[in-house]
Amino acid sequence: MAKITFISHNGTERTLEARNGMSVMEVAVNNSVPGIDADCGGACACATCHVYVDPAFLALAGEQQEMEKSMLDFAENVKPNSRLSCQIKVTDALDGLRVTTPESQH
Amino acid sequence: MPAGEAQRIVIVGGGQAAAQALQSLRQGGFTGSLTLVGDEAALPYQRPPLSKGYMKGEVEQERLYFKPSAWYDDQNIELLLGTHVTKIHRASRQVQLGDGGHLTYDYLILATGSRPRPLPVRGADLGGVHDLRTLADVERLKPGMVAGRRIVIIGAGYIGLEAAAVARQTGLEVTVIEMAPRVLARVTSPVLSEFYAAEHRRQGVTILTGVQLSHLEGIDGQVSAAVLADGTRLPADLVLSGIGILPNEDLAKDAGIACSNGILVDRDARTSDPHVFAAGDCASRPLVHFGRSGRLESVHNAIEQGKLVAAAILGLPRPVEDCPWFWSDQYDLKLQIAGLSQGYDTHVIRGDPASRRFAVFYLKNATLIAVDAVNSPAEFLASKKLVMSGAKLAPGALIDTSTPMKDIAAQAAA
Repeated sequence: MAKITFISHNGTERTLEARNGMSVMEVAVNNSVPGIDADCGGACACATCHVYVDPAFLALAGEQQEMEKSMLDFAENVKPNSRLSCQIKVTDALDGLRVTTPESQH
Repeated sequence: MPAGEAQRIVIVGGGQAAAQALQSLRQGGFTGSLTLVGDEAALPYQRPPLSKGYMKGEVEQERLYFKPSAWYDDQNIELLLGTHVTKIHRASRQVQLGDGGHLTYDYLILATGSRPRPLPVRGADLGGVHDLRTLADVERLKPGMVAGRRIVIIGAGYIGLEAAAVARQTGLEVTVIEMAPRVLARVTSPVLSEFYAAEHRRQGVTILTGVQLSHLEGIDGQVSAAVLADGTRLPADLVLSGIGILPNEDLAKDAGIACSNGILVDRDARTSDPHVFAAGDCASRPLVHFGRSGRLESVHNAIEQGKLVAAAILGLPRPVEDCPWFWSDQYDLKLQIAGLSQGYDTHVIRGDPASRRFAVFYLKNATLIAVDAVNSPAEFLASKKLVMSGAKLAPGALIDTSTPMKDIAAQAAA
């Protein structure tokens, strides 16, 4: 289990309990966190679950695969801490993770 | 009734389009009564994993749900699952339910989806013969998916080939039979067809194209073989049919709503009755980037039309009609498709198929209309923009791998 805090582009925060093995995207969608579309449902096919990860957690959030890197390259307002949230698996190590959602996925 | 004043909305169907319409209606501020009537027993769920991760046993059922059950309570949405709608009474704006009850609507959303085209041969009703469309289909199919067993898959479309990949990875002996001269004939070019046929053969799948199924044979009510028109007998413990889908339009048709291979809708997803909308697989819609109408069988289409319906009902601006897109996962190959390739006059290949990373671009009058991108997300995402822009492109520029796709897209937009 891990507690994850989602911060919307306007600063609103929500902290949620996340089960290990789920993706950060699934945690957000199941709890109707705004700003994440996740049209493909987590297949890394659509790049609509873009988030910014607290830099302190970047290494713990796991390696980016080639596919994700290329997809992110086309997202809007990409930063060094950009990730596709469907590709981040929840683990105990992510307890306290803070992610910021962008204003729009398009 | 002016837009935005509806009090009662009924949605028929429980798939992607229905789920999106529910979310967009509530997000858009609709506070009236919202009822979803679905004939399946499960909470609304995602279908793509059924022929991929879920079939393989990698994903639990609850992870397929769009939303947990608590969400429907929170959002004050009434779910009538396992419930059929038997008739639409347009004059009184009511739908009749299978249990004899009825619901009154201000707006009705038909998200009735599609159903597998039935196998038109003798033996199709034998045990061990399956479709692949619903969770219940996969639950029936899964126990038979045991290493060493023989599965014959009828139809080499995306469903058939995705299922073939899963079955092969599970250790079954897999034969795919296809009436057309090549796999994926209805949906893509010979280049892609050859690539995927070669990949499946390399993985040990037997692919027979240009063959006709005569009938299925059984022993004690269980399927035992698929017999081809030329007499070839393919022993089978399991048969999976994937020969296309048909739109569920009968409810609309019986109510006198205009249909033609799908429920006809305008750009707002409105049918010939202004109080009735249709979205998803069941709807035939204007394809604004392609100058024609048609039915799209895809997640993106269902999501987009779900949003269009909600916006129209709430009187909000029409959301952008995006370039259609699709994906298919087979083995370690992710195919991402943007646009509709039908009617292309030129195609060019970027990258080398032997490297398992390449893209086929389809052009018509020097304008990009589609791409099939294999393990090539940049080509896919750039093409979505290029198709929308309608910019003239030199085919030579697209295949120059020394120029990143991002630059090609930026140049075309300039």
